[in-house]
Amino acid sequence: MSNHNFTHLDALESESIHIMREVAAECKNPALLFSGGKDSIVMLRLAEKAFRPAKFPFPLVHIDTEHNFPEVIATRDKLAADLGERLIVRSLEDSIKKGTVVLKNETQSRNVFQSVTLLETIAEFGFDACMGGARRDEEKARAKERIFSFRDDFGQWDPKNQRPELWDIYNTRVHAGENIRVFPISNWTEMDIWQYIEREKLEIPSIYYAHEREVIQRAGGIMPVSHLVQPQAGEIVVTKTVRFRTVGDITCTCPVESPARNAAEIIIETATTRITERGATRMDDQTSDASMELRKKEGYF
Amino acid sequence: MENTTTQLLRFITAGSVDDGKSTLIGRLLHDSKSIFEDQLSAISKTSEKRGMATVDLSLLTDGLQAEREQGITIDVAYRYFATPKRKFIIGDTPGHEQYTRNMVTAASTANLVVILVDARKGVLVQTRRHTYLASLVGIPHIVLAVNKMDMVDYSETVFNAICTEYRQFAAQLGLSNITCIPLSALVGDMLVDRGDNLNWYEGTTLMELLETVEIDHDLNTTDFRFPVQWVCRPQTEEFHDFRGFMGRIESGEVAVGDEITIQPSGRTTTVKEIVTYDGNLERAYAPQSVAITLADEIDISRGDMFVGKGNQPKVAKEFEAMLCWLSETPLDKNRKYVIKHTTRSVKCVFTRLDYRVDVNTLEQHDATTLNMNDIARVAIKVQQPLVFDSYLLDHGTGSFIVIDEATNNTVGAGMIA
Repeated sequence: MSNHNFTHLDALESESIHIMREVAAECKNPALLFSGGKDSIVMLRLAEKAFRPAKFPFPLVHIDTEHNFPEVIATRDKLAADLGERLIVRSLEDSIKKGTVVLKNETQSRNVFQSVTLLETIAEFGFDACMGGARRDEEKARAKERIFSFRDDFGQWDPKNQRPELWDIYNTRVHAGENIRVFPISNWTEMDIWQYIEREKLEIPSIYYAHEREVIQRAGGIMPVSHLVQPQAGEIVVTKTVRFRTVGDITCTCPVESPARNAAEIIIETATTRITERGATRMDDQTSDASMELRKKEGYF
Repeated sequence: MENTTTQLLRFITAGSVDDGKSTLIGRLLHDSKSIFEDQLSAISKTSEKRGMATVDLSLLTDGLQAEREQGITIDVAYRYFATPKRKFIIGDTPGHEQYTRNMVTAASTANLVVILVDARKGVLVQTRRHTYLASLVGIPHIVLAVNKMDMVDYSETVFNAICTEYRQFAAQLGLSNITCIPLSALVGDMLVDRGDNLNWYEGTTLMELLETVEIDHDLNTTDFRFPVQWVCRPQTEEFHDFRGFMGRIESGEVAVGDEITIQPSGRTTTVKEIVTYDGNLERAYAPQSVAITLADEIDISRGDMFVGKGNQPKVAKEFEAMLCWLSETPLDKNRKYVIKHTTRSVKCVFTRLDYRVDVNTLEQHDATTLNMNDIARVAIKVQQPLVFDSYLLDHGTGSFIVIDEATNNTVGAGMIA
């Protein structure tokens, strides 16, 4: 006999649970990075499946750019509170005050500087492993990253010198000062995430679903108008029905035009879309074909 | 379009740079409509810059800056696509000789391997090498893709000759589960669409095969093996006495009321509950992740293994294995290493290096050390007993990695004899 009803989502879920339990068992002081975005909400459900009826054996950590969509922060706080888990928030503003992050101006995208605050937070708490919700289908450089991705004491990723990863046997060892980034949903795609959100009936920020929003046309995309993004001379503000496929820094995350009002409708759209998730929504990934790889080498997730 | 009942198939492709491997992957993704417009436009630009007349689909899988500069694939990259029938994970491995370790790495999780040959060249040394590695790692299904059929006028005679030679070679390795498909990745014949050029061929297209190949029995379905990963003790009012042993079923199945043995202690007890977040189960199967509670209070910790009735694993401090060395630093017989096997890590020494296998000729040579990409038969002694099966019987309990404690690198991958 074998398990004939075991679907691809079951297989992915079981793999992710196995990875999280390895982290809990073998790492001394792990953390789970949680932003309130859809991928990290999936991670939270997987952690529940891995550790309930006990509490998580690690805190949730958010590196806050303070360039947020308010709906995302509200969901972040509500989910952490509902689950009764500890949430640590460290802000980019702290790094700016300390002088370790120097911005050109207030409206500059802060995604790239998250690395600095993340490394400072890792040092503050002595985390030896940080679990994140990155997926290999997001970007070319991620496609080559291991599930357990070793970082040196500067947080750097060396793509040419990665530890081989075989079967489901993970090498979690680090020396003092070094750490490991762990990606339990490496093998999930955008489609898997949406199917899982629907199957598990996960609560996600409302901006992932279709809503009316004031936007401006800029650089071939549509930018959401916010306190940080205002129309420049000659730009016209229009109201469109949009949803966000990813949520990040509000100054560089673009919505897509869509009427999809629930997960089932998004699944249908995702099956037929012709543009990648990041290609459609992240201005900071389009500066060069290798921009993600360069950021990761500097300690970015 | 709710593909919630689709299965997951992991496969790898093996072939040399010129066999058209990247083109084949690009074609599968393109013809199954898994390439996005922005990806296509990025590689179109690059193709143009390099002075190519058509879009080079192989650029899709070249992920890192260094690779794009050099035009070669230097590591294992994972690609994802789905059809209404299945979701696929492709492990894309380079064909260069020095990267044996990458193929072994990607092969370790694969259900199926597509081995490419160029129809003009037939079975080459590297074809034998890739087939040997596939057999070593025990990939359940092998597909020989005879590519570039357009370059040999789609000749059935050429195809049949290559298949016959290949099957003879594979039989020497004990491999029989082989499918041969003639195709042209460049033109697109027999990948997703049948095309008009290979009408004499009556078998399935590559995509049909990937969608339908039976994988339910790839895992050992008879011998229950459950390495304990994590002991769950909530210590709350509600779950005061709860002790759940959490882990993933590596093989076989288990039901409430089953008698199990806990190794290496050898004590027996029965399964009280199979607990999951979504409710208790009567029965669970590999590769599910579950928590198991037991009828008796027994001292159990991470690294112990629950075992069902029937075939029993070995519990021993000494065993033999095939070892693939993965590190640039050669194996040092005088040193101690760490073995991670299931959820247990122990110190080990290599007591004998019996022979090294030449992966091109399959000849056995004496060995005093092992260099990167070497494969050898070795004898190992560990500090505490391991609970294991032969890799042939059970990949989950027959595999291990070797870690160098000085660098913490993963330096070897082993398959227990």
